[in-house]
Amino acid sequence: MTRKIAVAALGAALAVSAGLSFYRSRHLAEPVVAGPGVVRVARLGDYFAPLKGTVNDANVYVLEGREPGGTFLLLGGTHPEEPAGRLAAWIFAEGAVLARGRILIIPTANRSASTATRLGGAYPPDFTIPTAWGGQRFRMGDRWSNPLDQWPDPEVYLHYPTRQELAYVDIRNLNRAFPGRPNGTLTERTCYAIIELIRREKVDVAIDFHEAELQYPVISAIVAHEKGAELAAAASMFISSVEGFAIGVENSPKALHGLSHREIGDATDAISLLLEAPEPFLDATRGRTDRALLLTGKDEFVVRAGQRGLLFEKIDENGWPIDIRVGRHMSTILQLLELWSGDHPDKAVEVSGVPRYAEVVEKGVGAFLKDPKAADAAKVFYE
Amino acid sequence: MATIVTVLYYLLTAFVAVMLVWNFLRRKNWQEEALYVIILIPFLLRLLRLK
Repeated sequence: MTRKIAVAALGAALAVSAGLSFYRSRHLAEPVVAGPGVVRVARLGDYFAPLKGTVNDANVYVLEGREPGGTFLLLGGTHPEEPAGRLAAWIFAEGAVLARGRILIIPTANRSASTATRLGGAYPPDFTIPTAWGGQRFRMGDRWSNPLDQWPDPEVYLHYPTRQELAYVDIRNLNRAFPGRPNGTLTERTCYAIIELIRREKVDVAIDFHEAELQYPVISAIVAHEKGAELAAAASMFISSVEGFAIGVENSPKALHGLSHREIGDATDAISLLLEAPEPFLDATRGRTDRALLLTGKDEFVVRAGQRGLLFEKIDENGWPIDIRVGRHMSTILQLLELWSGDHPDKAVEVSGVPRYAEVVEKGVGAFLKDPKAADAAKVFYE
Repeated sequence: MATIVTVLYYLLTAFVAVMLVWNFLRRKNWQEEALYVIILIPFLLRLLRLK
């Protein structure tokens, strides 16, 4: 009997340890220090009431200049396991100052997906960006909404409203559920709320931040709805000539549904663009799936896959560090803003206070994150 | 429908957890006891909605 109690106690200790890890990961508070450009922080539920109080009632940081102009929407965390997009959104929300126009920022578009990691993927629960004030921890997250929030998955997922058959698990993928529907799943209702926000706020350009595995053909690119093809092409040319890195343009396929670059452009007046940066952490051939791989993008097995011609992006022993990936997103947004403003003086959006690619690479992402302990408590919001 | 499936899922999980505890109590050597305890952990966490 004593032996059984000892074995049961050992099991209980393991269960408590694992349970605490899962609980802390799901409830990790991520502070955003609202920057000088933020005039108010709304919620997605303000645009679609049934989302209020749910896990996906995300923060919407509204940045506004003194002069009227156009409106951009920046979506981070559509896929939280692609952290460069969330970090770019963070830097904009904490640092951007607007002279003209508005920028709406949702750093965690699918908050539910940020509270779980991939089942069987051995993902770390979180990661830390080093800063001068000690570092900021973020949830690792997943590609799909947490099954605790939306379950069970169907045998077959038919996209609404096209009825196109998609992978069953993508019923929890925010970037396969646009334009959403008011009486659908949590993921569909979240997409519907984002579409309502775009319509009500009269968004001109919606940009969805992503990262991709190097085995995926759509990488290091701006994926553009046909309404944004010229803007994306011009940005690609300017970036490739002046920013220090190359980025291509991919046309949004008309027959592939549910994706933001297709459905936002079709369902609203906004131009929809999606940015992809390289993230070796997501590659199927990767080795150990840990925090170091997420942040450095260094993996010898992915390098070997590249040597065998299996990848659509270059990789060497230097990997794809998070600073480079975030920097790419930053400069791409800034180029898009500048080009848009040049072509639409009456709808210009003029921004300062945020770094470009070269500065992010030189100083690191952490140099642009604000210390919540040193900030006015009224300015600190939690994702 | 989803609610019914969810309730059935948790009932099934609880049933398997009870069976594992039952088998754990009937084992005679520590290796098998440890095996049942380890298998039980994910079922307990699932019942507590921790994953």
